[in-house]
Amino acid sequence: MKSAFIETLEKLASVDNRIFLLTGDLGFKTFDRFRNSFPERFINVGVAESNMIGIAAGLALSGKNVYCYSIIPFLTMRCLERIRVDLCYHNLNVKLVGAGGGLVYGLEGMTHHAIEDIAIMRTLPNMTVVAPGDPLEVKAVINESLAYKGPLYIRLGREGEKCVHKSSPELKIGKGIIIKKGSGISIIATGTILCAAKSASEDLINEGLDVTLIGMHTIKPLDRDIIEYCAKNSKAIFTVEEHSIIGGLGSAVSEILIELDYKKPFRKIGLQDEYCSYIGSQDYLCEKYGLTPKGIKNFILKEYNQFSKA
Amino acid sequence: MRHYEDIAKKVRKKILNMIYRTKSPHIGSSFSIVEILVALYFKILSVSPKSPEAENRDRFILSKGHGCPALYAVLSIKGFISQGCINGFAVNGGTLEHHPTRDIKRGIEVSTGSLGHGLSIGTGMAISAKYDKASYRIFALLSDGEMNEGDVWEAAMFAAHHKLDNLVGIIDYNKIQALGRINEVVNLEPLAQKWSAFGWEVREIDGHNFEEIINTLENIPYGQGKPIVLIAHTVKGKGVSFMENKLLWHYRSPNKEEYTKALKELS
Repeated sequence: MKSAFIETLEKLASVDNRIFLLTGDLGFKTFDRFRNSFPERFINVGVAESNMIGIAAGLALSGKNVYCYSIIPFLTMRCLERIRVDLCYHNLNVKLVGAGGGLVYGLEGMTHHAIEDIAIMRTLPNMTVVAPGDPLEVKAVINESLAYKGPLYIRLGREGEKCVHKSSPELKIGKGIIIKKGSGISIIATGTILCAAKSASEDLINEGLDVTLIGMHTIKPLDRDIIEYCAKNSKAIFTVEEHSIIGGLGSAVSEILIELDYKKPFRKIGLQDEYCSYIGSQDYLCEKYGLTPKGIKNFILKEYNQFSKA
Repeated sequence: MRHYEDIAKKVRKKILNMIYRTKSPHIGSSFSIVEILVALYFKILSVSPKSPEAENRDRFILSKGHGCPALYAVLSIKGFISQGCINGFAVNGGTLEHHPTRDIKRGIEVSTGSLGHGLSIGTGMAISAKYDKASYRIFALLSDGEMNEGDVWEAAMFAAHHKLDNLVGIIDYNKIQALGRINEVVNLEPLAQKWSAFGWEVREIDGHNFEEIINTLENIPYGQGKPIVLIAHTVKGKGVSFMENKLLWHYRSPNKEEYTKALKELS
């Protein structure tokens, strides 16, 4: 995902000289080519994320289109109040590109895990929140971000994720993607866990369930139409995210379902309200927390069988 | 200098009226920056209410947003803000709050109110101006209490490293912050040496002396490649004897008797 981001941004920057890339001393090797191609428009602000947001605001107030990069907790939470005032209140064209959505930085430990970011960022007025599901979605989001008005938070995973889509998807910020249509249950997933959700849905289909799979890359503004579609056409809805079950995709979807008077089962799959109590890689931790194709499938089957009995 | 002193008197009266009428706070913080703002807007800054969005205008950021009654008063005398707009200060359904919101047509460049933001934003503007090879300068006015914020020093390091000699910081050093005297809360001294050690060109001036303010600001930059900081020694509540140097006037607004007395002193 990181190379999908920087390669796309390089292409944009070669034709648009208003694009600036700021980093908080992170992105070893990743940014070398951008830095060499556009030395004046690549700024390593040092380990000073809060200052980075202010500098980005000053640049954007002067007509520049700014991308800020860091690891998610430092980019979003450390300088939250500056994002609130400098970026959101002024409604500036600054993109916050965060690396390490969910448990990507597994062994780095709690300081690097990003499990509350979606919840926090989506409460900020004017802020748009996007978590692409695969490198192709990243590319499409970065392309669309150029002309996008206002602050935009883009939650990336790591490097080397498998592609969910076969080719570049038709992607519009604020509109979910129907990956598969079915009349049984709906699975709505955001971010890099979309890939696991897709495997799980294929396994569920093999088990005889009819599944609708939605790639919900944009969490805010959330695609109400697609949720309404799921509510009408499914017997149950499941959300999947590598994020706390408080305030993320699941919460956002449930807010709309309540307004739609949705009466059928709804379950959130994600991380519980706790910091990690295991030590391990992203894969290891996802296994522990059931955020794997098998974990997602088993949870959905168990719940679905219970609804069916009731 | 007489001309500027007359404007400063008008500004103080305007501030007094705004604050008395609305029982607003921060009269002391507003009075301490009057001469700095008058010197900036009537002599130093290249800005005009006829073309508030001119690309090459100088940018001014009131990083100590709570001093905005002084900014509103100066902008009103300069012709950016109408009297009607001033009448809408700090009233329900009004026009202007206790901390400024960006409004380019009214000459307000940046929304502030949370301390420690302004210098970083100014730094971004300064980088942008350098990149565009534009000649405008960026001025940010900070409070002394604001020096407690780590962000100020993050910006200070960065601006010096990037040789932003189009950036000017001005510190309203009135020696009083929200809960007490600066040297009793968190001592800033030696302040000039701190800025100097961070790579800035430092000048210390009397922040109420027009000659000193103007002479200092007219001659920037002092050396190629260094951001400039003015440590302006000021008096909180300057201009009204019973408000001068008193913490209380960070919060209080004058009652009728105090208002009359203050008005007499300012006339």
